[in-house]
Amino acid sequence: MELFVFVVAAAIILCGAVGVIISRNPVHSALSLVATLFGVAVLFVEQDAHFLAAVQVIVYAGAIVVLFLFVIMLLGVDQSEDLETDPLAGQRPLAVAAAAGLLGLGLATLILTHRDFDDVAIGAQSAVGQVSGAGSDNVRKLGEALFTNYLFAFEITSVLLVIAVVAAVVLARRAAEAPMFDHDAQTAEADR
Amino acid sequence: MLLAAVQPTTTWYLVLGALLFTIGAVGLMVRRNPLVMFMCVELMLNAVNLTFVTFAKALDDIGGQTIVFFVLVVAAAEVVVGLGIIVALMRRRPGATADDISVLKG
Repeated sequence: MELFVFVVAAAIILCGAVGVIISRNPVHSALSLVATLFGVAVLFVEQDAHFLAAVQVIVYAGAIVVLFLFVIMLLGVDQSEDLETDPLAGQRPLAVAAAAGLLGLGLATLILTHRDFDDVAIGAQSAVGQVSGAGSDNVRKLGEALFTNYLFAFEITSVLLVIAVVAAVVLARRAAEAPMFDHDAQTAEADR
Repeated sequence: MLLAAVQPTTTWYLVLGALLFTIGAVGLMVRRNPLVMFMCVELMLNAVNLTFVTFAKALDDIGGQTIVFFVLVVAAAEVVVGLGIIVALMRRRPGATADDISVLKG
């Protein structure tokens, strides 16, 4: 059963990821991204990260992708893109070669440092807490870790969010002053 | 019934994370639409998140899941600022691709 869930989720993730990069239409890319994010959420559940799975669906699939779609529609860039031509000669072979190197590096690391994690119980030495164990309530454990060991990082995160909100407001306001929406000039012209 | 006995191990998840990261990297290097490039960054972030959760489970350490929480928050902030920049950019130069906005390159 676990194998079945993994295989299906992995298929959804990989198909969605490939869909993101080969879709001509950005809207289709965004929808493929939802599939990938959902597959990752399923694998989070599979690995006892229940809170993160919920947050993944709510924040990523719910908020971030909707934001992407809003921007796509707002900018009107949802027309198809020409993917046949390669404007920069040799870019794609080089990109694939670089990515193959990246994947090879990752897999080599995995093989060279391989040990059977299923037999290791390092959690006993963990200062933060265990994933499994007695009273295996994921939300409670994550909350305890967040508000004890990682409290300072948590507070810094709130500062980061405030900065992001201020930045979004500033950027949006500057865009509104762009000459594209120059109503004053038009009314001034009409008055003349 | 032989198939039912096979359980996905940590290695399977790590390989899946590596594949997802690679696909995201290819997309980032190949695509020219800034929005799609942004989505590829999200793919790579998700690959890393999957790896973190896998290690949290394998090493039985809740710290891995905590890091994923912070990655999610930073990703949300990054998307807000990044999309704000893209909107400002696209209003000034409609239909701009990553090649058209290379003025700031070193």
